[in-house]
Amino acid sequence: MLPFRPARRTAVPAALAAGLVLALTACGGADDAGAAGADTLDPNADLSKQKITVSNWDGYMPEDLPAKFKAAKGPAVTVTKHATNEEIMAKLTAGADSGIDVAFVSGQFAQALAEQGLVEPIHADLVPNLKNLYPEAGQLAYDKGNKFSVPYTWGTTGLCYRTDLTGYTPDSWQDLLSPKPQLAKKVTMMATERWLMLPAQKALGFSANTTDADQLAEVKQKLLEAKKTLLAYDDTTFGDRLKSGEAALVEAWDGWCPTDDPKIKFVVPKEGSDLWVDTMVILKTSKNKEAAHAFINYILDPDNHSWAAENILYKVPNAAAMAKVDAKLLGTHPQLKTAPAELLKGEVPVDLGEAATAYTRIATEVSAG
Amino acid sequence: MSSTLAPRRAARTDPGPHGRRAPRRERLVGRLATLGPGIGYLTVFMLVPLALVLSYTLFHRGRFGGVVHEASTENFTRVADGLYLGVIWTSVKLAGLTTLLALLLGYPTAYLIARLPRSWRTVALVLVVLPFWTNFLIRTYAWIILLNSEGVLNRALTGVGVIDRPLELLYTPGAVVGGLLYAYLPLMVLPLYSAIERLDPQLREASANLGARPARTFWSVTLPLTLPGVLTGCVFVFVPSLGNFVIPELLGGGRTVMVGNLIRDQFLKARDWPFGSTLALTVIALLVLLLMVQAWAARRLAGGNRA
Amino acid sequence: MRRFNWLYIPAGLTYLFLYLPIVVLVIMSFNAADTPYRWDGFDTAWYGRLFADRAVREGLINTLVVATGATALSAVLGTLLAVGLARHTRSKLLDAIAVAPAVLPDIVLAIGLLAFYTAVQFTLGLHSILLAHAVFGTAFVAAVVRTRLAHVDGSLEEASRDLGATAPQTFVRITLPSLAPGIVAGALLAFSLSIDEFVIAFFTAGPQDPTLPIVIYSMVRFGVTPEINALATLLLAVSFTFVIAAQRLSRLTESF
Repeated sequence: MLPFRPARRTAVPAALAAGLVLALTACGGADDAGAAGADTLDPNADLSKQKITVSNWDGYMPEDLPAKFKAAKGPAVTVTKHATNEEIMAKLTAGADSGIDVAFVSGQFAQALAEQGLVEPIHADLVPNLKNLYPEAGQLAYDKGNKFSVPYTWGTTGLCYRTDLTGYTPDSWQDLLSPKPQLAKKVTMMATERWLMLPAQKALGFSANTTDADQLAEVKQKLLEAKKTLLAYDDTTFGDRLKSGEAALVEAWDGWCPTDDPKIKFVVPKEGSDLWVDTMVILKTSKNKEAAHAFINYILDPDNHSWAAENILYKVPNAAAMAKVDAKLLGTHPQLKTAPAELLKGEVPVDLGEAATAYTRIATEVSAG
Repeated sequence: MSSTLAPRRAARTDPGPHGRRAPRRERLVGRLATLGPGIGYLTVFMLVPLALVLSYTLFHRGRFGGVVHEASTENFTRVADGLYLGVIWTSVKLAGLTTLLALLLGYPTAYLIARLPRSWRTVALVLVVLPFWTNFLIRTYAWIILLNSEGVLNRALTGVGVIDRPLELLYTPGAVVGGLLYAYLPLMVLPLYSAIERLDPQLREASANLGARPARTFWSVTLPLTLPGVLTGCVFVFVPSLGNFVIPELLGGGRTVMVGNLIRDQFLKARDWPFGSTLALTVIALLVLLLMVQAWAARRLAGGNRA
Repeated sequence: MRRFNWLYIPAGLTYLFLYLPIVVLVIMSFNAADTPYRWDGFDTAWYGRLFADRAVREGLINTLVVATGATALSAVLGTLLAVGLARHTRSKLLDAIAVAPAVLPDIVLAIGLLAFYTAVQFTLGLHSILLAHAVFGTAFVAAVVRTRLAHVDGSLEEASRDLGATAPQTFVRITLPSLAPGIVAGALLAFSLSIDEFVIAFFTAGPQDPTLPIVIYSMVRFGVTPEINALATLLLAVSFTFVIAAQRLSRLTESF
């Protein structure tokens, strides 16, 4: 799950507040849910007669996008918001028709939905803008070839640090896990499971998707050690902590490292990192799949897709959209320039199935330990 | 109407619930009209939800967070696991410490307030409660500003030269206790105040006249007589401290986990509602035990005073 | 000379402890800097930012809507319940049910209601928070009204009945007016508890309309700071005004 970030220039991500809340289960009444296999879709369907519901993280797409889409293509769009992958997954897997046509979820969750037969294969002919994507965007482990999901944003995780406070150039997860004495209690790590585990997994040379019990035990031990020198677990304010000098070195998503401050730099550790992806999927239960495809196609339009890079500061896997990003922004946020081939060196998180509970347990044990 | 005359006279002396005899049907209607809506409401919006939580403790989580209705005792064996018992124990310790500190600060404060001139008493009491009326989260936030390594306190101390390196104040169990204490201290002072204020000053005087020193008077007269207030205050502070998840999150920096955090995470993050329910049930069981002890102690005190 | 009273030390500590953070918040609300860790001079800009903040404004409106609705509901249910418990039953069980919401840890009620709303497929929104807040509101109104009932002379009601008034007439004309101060006090309590309530709202709110405490929670979590100081100062000023008004009012009524 990727905690999304709100539009860059919004002073207070208070809209997030809404997102931090749990949501209901299904809203719409279900009749017969879709049968297995791909529907045959009509490329010439009258889209203005269709309407769709899109569920997304708050602040993760332009607010005026639904209106612009309706004006340009016809279908009316209702937007609902979810705070976490877990929340939208509960809604989509509850059994009844969730009433949602298009959902934004992280890659490994899209994979889980596909394994359950809950998502519609992407009809590439209805999404001509797929051509805008980098070729690398079709090589993501959770869904090679983008058969049932379309990537929306992608990025990696690394070290974000204050050059004046560290006094040297960190390049390893070890710098975070067992920091030099002057940095003790000046480092933060992320609290969300997959990213809590990532530094230890990579430092030990394990896969970020490991389900091996012995490896996981080692990871846990490493994390418990690291806790002693840690200032706090922090998913949201590490950027501010760096700016204020409370922290000197933090684990951060590339897009969240405030490199517009000249003293702050971002580095991907030499042991490697992850390549997380947030995707769009179409639900099997959707009754307006033509409009749903049109919506995804509209998002992939360079003018629309570049919004995410410019406002959320996450890279988008869309060559045409990245080409449109303001050069000045690329100067202050060099992480946006990471080449797709470079990015692909990171390990893509995949669905862990039942082993996911082991991750949850380790996260609990580490924070309670 | 004359037939109701006699019981009515009785009612004057003892205005109990059934002092007045209305016709049976009318009584039933009265009962339904007054109790029906409220009890009905609490049944639907409290008892049924609680029953639901109780029933979830027997089930387990589906792969994507649903509740699978297959009965098992798995959740209870999990709670009994050292990890979760450890978290519960930590919570009890932190909430207990908070309660103790609240008592140590609150008792003298309440005692002083109760002995102030009447007009000052209100002012002093209002001053205790006033912080309570700004938002709870903002009050917690204030402590982040204060305790931060770059924060006000550390700046002041390093500025004066008392310390040369910022103290590690925030993101410690101590910060969590401080935050809890700050949040619930007024809940200790108020019941203590009302217990102390009710004390008959003549008792103290009598004790002093009999030659008891102030300390002795306090231990053998004042304190025993105000113990019910002490118990109430302790429950008022302990109960919300135990279930709190915001303060450990904000002031503990995710490094201190209390049972409230576990329950919150099971419901909102891991989406393991059955296990979250089981943890909640454990907390309720603890609190019921506590309330029973309190009621028992209060009864004993009342009995002791009469004797 | 009077002996020094050592009780002043812990009492003084209490007040210092209670007010130090608040003083810091108030001072910081006038700080020109965008971080609480540096003083850049006096400025009221954060108040301007606060008033312009749509999320805060909407949160405030949502909070007031919820609190008003929950208070109205609680006042009716709680008053009836208090009368019923005092006059129409001796059941210990019903007594316990009526106090339970006040003693139950908020997180337990919160998860219970979330599970319940989900089970009955109830769409979450302001109404779901309102209904949840009415649960503890009812308990507090009932408790306050009951203490008032204990001091109300039952003979007036009897006289009314003797003079031929029906039970509902007696209730409306005699019982209610004599309970009015208790009802108002209970309602005020329910209102102020609802305004500040976070945990239950956090669990039972829909994603679209957060109450003010939920907005504040996200502000605190995301560490965007000085606006919160301004908000804290304003909330403090409002409650201070309320306290003074209440004091005046009670002095006024006492003098009668």
